[in-house]
Amino acid sequence: MRYLPLQEADRAVMLQAIGVDGIDDLFVDVPAGKLLDEPPALPLGKTEMEVERELGRLASQNVAAGSVPFFVGCGAYKHHIPASVDHLIQRSEFLTSYTPYQPEISQGTLQYLFEFQTQVARLMGMDLANASMYDGSTAAGEAVLMAHRITKRSKAIVSGGLHPQYRDVIETLSKHSGKVMDALHADPLGQEDLVSRIDDETSCVIVQYPDVYGRIQDLAPIAEAAHARGALLVVAVTEIVSLGLIKSPGEMGADIVVGEGQSIGNGLSFGGPYVGLFATRQKFTRQMPGRLCGETVDAEGKRGYVLTLSTREQHIRREKATSNICTNSGLCALAFTIHLSLLGQTGLKKLAEVNHGNAVVLADKLAAIAGVEVVTQAFFNEFTIRVNGDAGTIIDALTERGVLGGVAMSRLEPHDPSIRDLIIVASTEVNTDADRAVFVAALEDIVR
Amino acid sequence: MSMNSQGRPSEPKISGAGDQAGKVTFTGNRGLEHEVPLLFERAGNFETTGVDLPMPKRVQSRLGGLEREEPIGLPGLTEPEVMRHYVRLSQKNYAIDSGLYPLGSCTMKHNPRLNEKLARLPGFSDVHPLQPQSTVQGALALMQTLAGYLLELTGMASVALSPKAGAHGELCGMLAIKAALEARGDKRSVVLVPESAHGTNPATAVFMGYKVRSVAARADGTVSVEAVREALDSDVAAIMLTNPNTCGLFEPEIVAIADAVHEAGAFFYCDGANLNAIVGKVRPGDLGVDAMHINLHKTFSTPHGGGGPGSGPVVLSEALAPFAPVPYVLRDSAEFRIVEDAAQAKSDGGDPLGRLTAFHGQMGMFVRALSYMLSHGCDGMRQASEDAVLSANYVRTELRDLFTQPFGDRVCMHEVLFDDVFLKGTGVTTLDFAKAMIDEGYHPMTMYFPLVVHGAMLIEPTESETKEDLDLFIATLRYLAMQARKGNAELFTDAPVLAPRRRMDETRAARQPRLVWQPGIQAKT
Repeated sequence: MRYLPLQEADRAVMLQAIGVDGIDDLFVDVPAGKLLDEPPALPLGKTEMEVERELGRLASQNVAAGSVPFFVGCGAYKHHIPASVDHLIQRSEFLTSYTPYQPEISQGTLQYLFEFQTQVARLMGMDLANASMYDGSTAAGEAVLMAHRITKRSKAIVSGGLHPQYRDVIETLSKHSGKVMDALHADPLGQEDLVSRIDDETSCVIVQYPDVYGRIQDLAPIAEAAHARGALLVVAVTEIVSLGLIKSPGEMGADIVVGEGQSIGNGLSFGGPYVGLFATRQKFTRQMPGRLCGETVDAEGKRGYVLTLSTREQHIRREKATSNICTNSGLCALAFTIHLSLLGQTGLKKLAEVNHGNAVVLADKLAAIAGVEVVTQAFFNEFTIRVNGDAGTIIDALTERGVLGGVAMSRLEPHDPSIRDLIIVASTEVNTDADRAVFVAALEDIVR
Repeated sequence: MSMNSQGRPSEPKISGAGDQAGKVTFTGNRGLEHEVPLLFERAGNFETTGVDLPMPKRVQSRLGGLEREEPIGLPGLTEPEVMRHYVRLSQKNYAIDSGLYPLGSCTMKHNPRLNEKLARLPGFSDVHPLQPQSTVQGALALMQTLAGYLLELTGMASVALSPKAGAHGELCGMLAIKAALEARGDKRSVVLVPESAHGTNPATAVFMGYKVRSVAARADGTVSVEAVREALDSDVAAIMLTNPNTCGLFEPEIVAIADAVHEAGAFFYCDGANLNAIVGKVRPGDLGVDAMHINLHKTFSTPHGGGGPGSGPVVLSEALAPFAPVPYVLRDSAEFRIVEDAAQAKSDGGDPLGRLTAFHGQMGMFVRALSYMLSHGCDGMRQASEDAVLSANYVRTELRDLFTQPFGDRVCMHEVLFDDVFLKGTGVTTLDFAKAMIDEGYHPMTMYFPLVVHGAMLIEPTESETKEDLDLFIATLRYLAMQARKGNAELFTDAPVLAPRRRMDETRAARQPRLVWQPGIQAKT
C-alpha cells in the first residue's frame, strides 16, 4: 500500500520489541467476539490510476459551472480565482499543518489569520473579526446565540429576506436550545415590517444584505429601532464581493456581521468547504465564538502572533464555553485572504463594478422579454425575476437548453405558493455577452 | 546525530542554543527564514491590484443610493509580491510533509496528493449546490458511495453527511438523540460525560440544555460499567463516551456500558475522534453505539489545513436514523435525489431534527475521503489501523523505562499517554519539554490533554512513519529525558531558540488584545 511505509520485516521487529506475538495482542481490550477476523466487505485497495478513473467518471457526470452559461447564486457564487491562490494554498506548510497551537513554529498560519481578521473587519466596517467559522450559515446561527448571550434575552426576529437555509439553521439551533425564533414570511418585494416586531424580549434582528432576492436596502432604520429596544442588529452577507461597492453593514449600525466568504478565493465545490466570516464591535470581543488570533511579542521582544482569548473556548471552558466550535476554516480563510490581498481595495471595487454592470445589463435584457418581470429594484449582482409559470419547470427547461439559469425560489421555500413563479438570477464577472445572449434567447423561447 | 547499533544516539554535543543562534543580522532575516511585514505595512500598496479585470459595463448604477464612499483600507499586491509574501510565511510553519507530527488525538497522518487532485476536478470543484439535480448526478452518487463506505466500516444504519466538522457532528448526533427522546415523549435532562472527555462534549451537552454529570475513570484510565450504572437513572438522556478514549485506551467494558445505558432508556453517543485506531478492526455498531461522528480530517486523511476545514459526518443506529437532519441523498431507481426539505423528508417516513448548515456539507472533503478509502481498500484501511496501533505501542515500549505512564504499563491503541512524574524535581515542565522538541526539529506532542492526567503528553505517531523515523524520534525523546534528568534545565526552559520565534507572551496577548492591525499601533518589535 503506497501510503504505508512500514514493511513486514519492520512490523515483525516492532512486535518483538513490544513483546507480543501478533498484532491482535495489541487489541486485547476489545470485548470478546467484537474483533473482526477479516477486513470489512469492501473492495481491496486500488492504484492511483484506478482511483482516478473511478472518481473521474463520477466527476464527468456533473455539469461544471464553467462549461455552460451559468447564472446560479443564492448564497454561493461562481467567480474567477487567480491561479496563484490555489497554488499557494497547496503549499505543504499550509495544507498539512494543524491548528497553530505551537506558535513558535506556526507563525505562517498565525500571521495570515491576523491579516485575514483585519481584512474581514475592514470589509464589514466593524472593529474586529475572528479567524473564521465553518460557513456563512453556521456563522449566522452562532451570531444569534451570541446576541442571546449579550442581551440575556432569547428571541430572534428573522427577516423574510434571509436565505431560507440560513433561517433553518437558526431554527434548528433555537428549537433545541430553548430559544425563540420569530421568522417573517418570504419577502421578495421588501414589504415586511421588521421594526414593529421588535419587543423587550427581542435579542436581535437578523437580516441579509443584499438579501436572498438580491435586494439592497438601508439597514440604518432597523439598527436604530433595534437599539432603541435594547436589541442587536445581526447582518448576514452571502455575497461578500458586494461590499466592494455598497455601504458596509458596520456603517449602518450593525452589531454583529457574519458572511459567507466563498466568493473570494474559494470554488463552488457543491456547497463546501466554504469560509464563515464573523465580525463585531470591540465591546463584544469576549462574547465571540471561534478562534481569535492576536498580536504579541516573544521572549526577545520580536513581534509575533498567537491564538488568544481561548478562555472563551471549549477546550478550556468546557461546559461554560461560548460555543462548542473547535475548528475554523483555516485553508479556506487562507484562500480568501490571498485572493483579497491580490485584489486590494482597488481590485475589489472594480470586480464589484464588473459584477454590478453585468447584472444590470442582464436584468434589462430579461425585463424586455414578454412574460418576464424583474422585481428587484436595487441590487448588486443578483436579482429576482417573476415568470409566467412554475419557476422550477422553467429552470428545468433552461437546463435542457444548456443554460443553468438561476434558482427557483420554490427549491428553497417549497411550501410557499406565493413565490412559485420567482427565479433568483446571479451574474458575475465570469458571464460573457454570449452567455447572456444564450440565456435570454432560451428564456424567451420557453416563456413565449 | 550519529546512531549506535541499537538505534540510540551516541552522546551528542550539547545542542540547544549554540553559539550562533542569537546572531543579529542587518535585515533581521536568518538565512532561509525571512521577516515578513504585514500586508498593511507595505507602503503604497493601497492603490495597487494584482488582478486584471475587464472594464465594467457602463450602466446606470442600481445600488439604491447605497454606494460605499470611504476607501475600505485593503492593500493590493501584484502576483510576484503575493507569491513571496505567502511563500515566506509558509516557511515559518511546521507541517506533516516536513516532519513527524505526533499530536495525540489530532491524527496527523499523510495527506495523499491524489485526493487533492481529484477534489479539484471541475466536475466536483466547479459545481453549485443549487444546480438542478439532473446536472449533479455524479456528485450525489459520490455522496451515496461515501455513505455506503462509512456504514460498512462502522456497522451503523444511517449517516448524516452534512456536519461541517467534528464538534458540529457531535451536535448533530446529540440533537438526534434529543429528537428521539422527544418523539417518545421522554423528557430527560442529564448527560453523562467521563472526566477525560474532549471539551466539546460538555460544551455540546450544555448548549442543548442538558446538565452534565461527570463519570470518574478507574485507576487504569478506563470507565467501568459499575460507575456508569451508578450514574444512570431515568433522567439520563445519553452518555458521551470516546472510544478509544482520550488516554489512548480501548474501553474494555464498552459493550456492557452500552447495554446498561440502553436498559436505562438512554442513548450511547460515541465520540469518534479516535476511530482511526479501529477502522477495519472493530465496528462501533457492534459495540452498541447509537450515534458517532467521524472526523474525515483525522481518520480519512483530509488535510487539516492549519485549522480546518474539517468534515464531521455522523453515523446513526436504527433507532436514531429517522431523525437525521436534511439534506440527505436517496436513490430512486436510476436517479439520485437529494432531500433538502424537512416536510418532504416526513413524507418519506423521516422526522428530521432540522438543518445544520446551508447546502449539503463539505463536498470537497467527501471527495478526498472517498479517494483515501478507495486507495487503501478494506485491506489497506485495516493495515493502517494496525500500523498506527503498532507504532504507538512501539514508542511506548521504547520509552517506558525513562518516561512515566499514568495508568501503568499496558497496551495502548493509536496513541500513548505519558504524565510528568518522570520530570519531577528536574525543573522541567511538560511545556518546557515540548518546546525543547521544537529545537530538535519535531512538532511537540499534545500537551496537558487529557486534563485528568498531570502534565499529560499524548503521542500519536500515526501509521505514516517509517521505523527509522520512529527510532530517531524515540532516540530524541530519550536524549531529552536524560538531559532533564542530568539537570540540564536550560536546554528546556530557554527553548525554543532555533524556531522562527522564541516563546510568545500569551498573557500579554490576552490582557491587551490586538486582534486587528491598526496604523501606528503594534507590539514593540
